[in-house]
Amino acid sequence: MTEVDLEPVIGLEIHVQLRTATKMFCGCALGFGEPPNTRTCPVCLGLPGALPVANAEAIHYGLMIGMALESTLASVSTFHRKNYFYPDLPKGYQISQFDLPLCSGGRLGEVNIHRVHLEEDAAKLNHAGASGRIEGADSSIVDFNRGGTPLAEIVTEPELRSAEQAGEWLRLLRTTLRTLGVSDVNMEEGSLRCDANISLRPVGSEQLGTKTELKNMNSFRFIERGIRAEVERQRALIEAGESVTQETLHFDPKSESITSLRSKEEAHDYRYFPEPDLPPIVITEAMLERAKAALPELPQAREQRYIEHLSLSPESARLFAWRAELAEYFDSVCASAESLKPQIAANWVTELQGRLGDQEAEDSKVSPAALSQLASLVEASTITQGSAKQILDELVANGGEPSEIVAAQGLEAVGGADELAPIVAAALEANPELTARLREGDMKPIGVIIGEVMKETRGRADGKEVTALVREQLGLS
Amino acid sequence: MSDEIQSLSAVAAVAAIADGGLSREEIFAHYRSRAGADELNAFTWVAEQAPAQIEGPLGGVPVAVKDLFCTEGIPSQAGSKILAGYRPPYTATAVANLEAAGAPLLGKTNQDEFAMGSSNENSAYGPVLNPWDKTRVPGGSSGGSAAAVAGGLAPWALGTDTGGSIRQPASLCGVVGLKPTYGAVSRYGMIAFASSLDSAGPLTRDVSDAALFYRHLVGKDSADATSVAFPESIEIPTAERLDGITLAVPTALVDGDGVEPGVRASFEASLETARQLGATVTSCEIPSAAHALSAYYVIAPAEASSNLSRFDGVRYGLRRDESNLDAMYTETRHDGFGDEVKRRILIGTYALSSGYYDAYYGRAQRVRTVVAKELAEVFAGADFIVTPTSPTVAFGLGARTADPLSMYLSDLFTIPMSLAGTPAISIPSGLSEGLPVGLQICGPAFSENRILSAAYALEQAIGFNGSAAWGAKR
Repeated sequence: MTEVDLEPVIGLEIHVQLRTATKMFCGCALGFGEPPNTRTCPVCLGLPGALPVANAEAIHYGLMIGMALESTLASVSTFHRKNYFYPDLPKGYQISQFDLPLCSGGRLGEVNIHRVHLEEDAAKLNHAGASGRIEGADSSIVDFNRGGTPLAEIVTEPELRSAEQAGEWLRLLRTTLRTLGVSDVNMEEGSLRCDANISLRPVGSEQLGTKTELKNMNSFRFIERGIRAEVERQRALIEAGESVTQETLHFDPKSESITSLRSKEEAHDYRYFPEPDLPPIVITEAMLERAKAALPELPQAREQRYIEHLSLSPESARLFAWRAELAEYFDSVCASAESLKPQIAANWVTELQGRLGDQEAEDSKVSPAALSQLASLVEASTITQGSAKQILDELVANGGEPSEIVAAQGLEAVGGADELAPIVAAALEANPELTARLREGDMKPIGVIIGEVMKETRGRADGKEVTALVREQLGLS
Repeated sequence: MSDEIQSLSAVAAVAAIADGGLSREEIFAHYRSRAGADELNAFTWVAEQAPAQIEGPLGGVPVAVKDLFCTEGIPSQAGSKILAGYRPPYTATAVANLEAAGAPLLGKTNQDEFAMGSSNENSAYGPVLNPWDKTRVPGGSSGGSAAAVAGGLAPWALGTDTGGSIRQPASLCGVVGLKPTYGAVSRYGMIAFASSLDSAGPLTRDVSDAALFYRHLVGKDSADATSVAFPESIEIPTAERLDGITLAVPTALVDGDGVEPGVRASFEASLETARQLGATVTSCEIPSAAHALSAYYVIAPAEASSNLSRFDGVRYGLRRDESNLDAMYTETRHDGFGDEVKRRILIGTYALSSGYYDAYYGRAQRVRTVVAKELAEVFAGADFIVTPTSPTVAFGLGARTADPLSMYLSDLFTIPMSLAGTPAISIPSGLSEGLPVGLQICGPAFSENRILSAAYALEQAIGFNGSAAWGAKR
């Protein structure tokens, strides 16, 4: 077999739990770790005779998502029943959408959206026994608290070409949804879940190869690792002259192994038909206006604004725009000192975030006002860059006011020739050899002299000013 | 006193209670004892006593309720073994509405399993007997409710109609049965058969009782998204004439082979009575009616196959063989469901299957649309469509159980209105071979007041006397 370059073709299906007050089709409050089966009613338990009523807020959130993704919004949308038996599905069918989804098409970043539809989440199964799955379990217990939670399912076109691209795009989607305020979008808690459809094809080919569906990837790391592993598995099969089988796969992040959940032959016939208990949703002008009015500034628009209006570097703009909380923190820093250049503020926010790791800036001990004060002190040359970084360490550890820390620790910059000149002169005197080299125009030793001065001033001197004084004192032009 | 109470219609009983001539305790005790001595197998559960606080315009006249309505803490088994002993934690809106209006629960009535049947022989709790002749069926699926009213075991009863399940047993038992406009009565708490067709309505001794009962049954329910507010209040009918009213007879349908001569004669006599009351009788065509039965027996089983998926042994009702998940599903449903229910689940599952959906379910829905359109066209030129309710009088127990198709034909005249979602009433039009014959009067959506009015005028003129069944001492 001749070597052919293969390219991955990846599409994502993302399930997002919507943060409505109540469930998709009943009045139960959403569950957040309450004791099992305490957030239930006849409807979400699928008791005989119970009927669903669609949650208007979930439809509102669905429209907001559709608008954010530039989808075509349906004028009339219907619910369908997706029929299959499983203990986490109390009615024996899931109420979902089929041929008339709420949102069709759309685009986010460089990826086209296929559709967005609403449905209800399944209950949670807990399996007792070594297998951890229903097959081979000693017993299985159902907790219906999660059952009926509103879900938006977002399906992309198969346009992603690598695991890394999929991961990065998913981060953009997550930020977009978080900015909309429609979901907690927390992968570990399951409010954002992602399946990937993966196939390979020769570069340049228009035809899609046989795809597999990779399920159960509950973190960004696992998604990228899972996709990478599946791409390599398929590549090895094809290069060995074998064919890929259409099947649903399970990725185990611990062993990095991929196992088959079911083949195409075992796939369910879901027997979709229109849900007779729910009339079609008619999307009115008022509903559209309400959704539009509720839209906040979205990440991509924010990125543009940061570049065009605040003259941020593209790197800073994307960093903040794709992390909604960080962007809000940055905006607050800018707002607390109008004279501060946004890029300077951005640099300090980045500096702060670098010290925080996974913690959000807004949850740290450093208030936006403190950070903007710190940046302003540097800009006014009241303190040096080096002192400011020490103060930032202090703020991260204990909080407080930068100006008070400066006063308490005597960190005002040693400024002006009067104060600094004797210190520079002493440093030159203490290093005659270096001074001689400097005199001859070899500027390499200047760093050592600056270091001496910094040591003497505990970092409160400005390097440029020290250099200028050395030149002046040695009579260099 | 007992015979006196027994002779009162529900409307008359409400009036007697209001006057002080009768107490709510007396009427409850009377019917409690009648229902307790049930020899028709009409009841599956009878209340020990009335609730302490009963207020409201229905005066405490108790009601028998078809078993598929959920009643809190009270067995609600829908005629099925799979729900044996099931006591729901909530009460259906229709039952709650009646209770709130002053009609306490007398008991739960037997029915075909999950409302699938036309003879009440598909109940896991045994067949119901027709009070006019205990060797015959009462019709179905609301057979227990119809027999309870006809046999004088209950003043009135709540039933459900999916393809004729109120009207056909009303016809076979000689009582009045009203199938409402789809959505006029909440379905919340009704154990579903076919969601897009199921309607709850009254079975009563006469038309006035049906009107009073129905007045307190209708209403938009926030728990049922398909329910609608009835656009007017339901009036107790008083009309004595039918002047200016046009009745349309779907001749091709009514002249079909399956209609018994005695039924045809009673129907012709009813038309003559209508003419004497001033009505004009014309003929009409419903060309797709021939396909309505086929469409119904695709749509109803399709929805049922999905609606009945929840009976899986996981949360309530019967559970068999817990050795593994598939075995539990299979054995639970194998043992829990009767033959007719299994037959319809199979038909419905097949009809919805990938590759068959368009040929069956899709086409059946298109037939449904055409039926509704054809009925609307008839109503553009006529006030009502009239037919016999059932092609036959009550047939013998076991006579049709071996032939499901002949059983399905019982619903030939009632199914088009179910598909269209339009209201229809069955009133007794006389006897054939000593057994009741029913007349069906159908109108456009939300025409219940006009239907009740015309039905009342005809009822007065026909003068049917059902006391042979309900007055009999037993």
